[in-house]
Amino acid sequence: MIRTQPHSSNTLLIRLRKFFQHGDRIYRLLLVIAVLLVLTLVFSIGAELWKNSSLSRQAFGWKFIISSTWDPALTDTFGALPFILGTLVTSILALLVAIPLGVGTAIFLAELAPNYLRGPLGFLAELLAAVPSVVYGLWGLFAFVPIFVHPAANLLNKTLGFLPIFQGPVFGPSRLAAGLLLGIMVFPTITAVSRDVLLAIPNNQREAAMALGATRWEMISQVLLPYGTSGFFGAIILGLGRALGETIAVTMVIGNNLDLTASLLHPGYTMASVIANEFTEATFDLYLHALIEIGLILFIITLLINVIARLLIWRVGRQNKPEKRS
Amino acid sequence: MNKNSPRLRSKRKAVNLLMLSLTGIATLLVVTPLIWILLYIIHEGAPAINLKFFTQLPTPVGVAGGGIVNALLGSLMTVGLGLVIAAPIGTLVGFYAAAHPDSPLGLLVRFGADVIAGVPSIVMGIFAYTLIVLPQRHFSAFSGGIVLSFIMLPIIIRTTEEMVRLVPSSIREASLALGAAEWKTSLSVILPAALNGVVTGAMLAIARAAGEAAPMLFTAFGNPFMNTNYSQPVATLPHTIFVYAISPYNDWHAKAWATALVLITLILLLNILARIIIWWRTRTLGTIK
Repeated sequence: MIRTQPHSSNTLLIRLRKFFQHGDRIYRLLLVIAVLLVLTLVFSIGAELWKNSSLSRQAFGWKFIISSTWDPALTDTFGALPFILGTLVTSILALLVAIPLGVGTAIFLAELAPNYLRGPLGFLAELLAAVPSVVYGLWGLFAFVPIFVHPAANLLNKTLGFLPIFQGPVFGPSRLAAGLLLGIMVFPTITAVSRDVLLAIPNNQREAAMALGATRWEMISQVLLPYGTSGFFGAIILGLGRALGETIAVTMVIGNNLDLTASLLHPGYTMASVIANEFTEATFDLYLHALIEIGLILFIITLLINVIARLLIWRVGRQNKPEKRS
Repeated sequence: MNKNSPRLRSKRKAVNLLMLSLTGIATLLVVTPLIWILLYIIHEGAPAINLKFFTQLPTPVGVAGGGIVNALLGSLMTVGLGLVIAAPIGTLVGFYAAAHPDSPLGLLVRFGADVIAGVPSIVMGIFAYTLIVLPQRHFSAFSGGIVLSFIMLPIIIRTTEEMVRLVPSSIREASLALGAAEWKTSLSVILPAALNGVVTGAMLAIARAAGEAAPMLFTAFGNPFMNTNYSQPVATLPHTIFVYAISPYNDWHAKAWATALVLITLILLLNILARIIIWWRTRTLGTIK
């Protein structure tokens, strides 16, 4: 009896241990399955878009990208050039607005703002990122464009109208409106990432510059900005990725017009907004496949952009590690 | 010698002052739209808000009254389904990424989460369309929920990962040293310690998904009637705003503003709550470390 007691509890222990090891196996299996699910998702997005754009890819080949004919009504010819150009123009415009404001705000938040302002202001910038696209669109359509963009466009046309990009006639909903609204929407991304890049720069860099007699601005512009260059580029490219894919807000203020004019004051079209506008109206398969091919192009571009941005931001993080330790 | 001349010094000081104040002005410029948007939405939306707005179905153009109860329900259905799918998977992946940050699979899945986060929501909408709507030949609340789960997934993964990392490794090691299995440690030691972090991730994901209009255009599609069936189209709050806003009718515009007020109140509340939890977590756990 006395001998069997420890023996039986021993087998129980072994059994329990075995069960727990088994549990660990299940746990690890679950983890790996979840991870594989996420990875499958990435690949199947690309695969589905590829598969479901086959008709359009076969019919138009590479011409799809350089042709400007988008005619679902008569000739069934599809070319994405007006949308690609529209996306490029509005995104560049957005970056022109958002880069100086975003990096400037990041500098203010990370380097200059007193502690009691830093938290609340950073918080406000984060809230700006949380406002849904459709709310930006609503505000843009009924407030921002008529109150600010349209008068500004009139002014630009009057003073700088000799430039092709500011030629009339002046419209409210226009590429300019979409670009400016996108700038406001992209800004929080650029600010948040640039602020993190600035905060990741070791303090001895700042101290060294100040000790050499640099003013604060000289310290920022000649030490911090070069030090974090790749990180800032990463921030900007992430912002660009967001601008390229932004749909609803742009659709609401760009005017949805196929004309290929140079004027920013003219209504335009983007890749995302043509999908939003025409997807449910695509009455035949080739039309649908052409729209999905635009989605595919958008997917590939944003994929590349995100890969580049992440690599750039990771580089800044890696640079700093050895220095922090020393 | 030249570098110390008083003229140069005052010029440097002037440039310094100018540029520093420009960064301050940039910050001001950037806060302005947020305040403008919020005030404008309250100003335009508040008059149409009353109890009936939350309990009635939409009315045709020109008929007074009417509400958004169908969109509220539709948003609840789609976001709820998205959360039910994305929360368990996202939490597991977040645990994996936090436990194996430098393993090949860990790096790959973190990268994968970043890639998914970067895919435009409209492209996600097309993906869900080809995956579900096209084979089924009809729009549905189900496809809307699926697309929202894709959008929520990376947010839940990233937040969970960060919050699990904040749990001091000493706690985890103590549990393992006492003989607890890895799953037991994860479930009853790390998860409770990181729980509000995981909840925060879910809240941020809900806030993001609840505002997505673009992928809803060709998944949930919209529906002016009450619908509780997942295989039928439903209206959602952001999609309702879009439809009302681009319509030519003034009373629909007023409803768009009111719906926007409801939506943004929900989203900002979720965000503020989530940020407070994150701030509180990093503070308390940071000091333990």
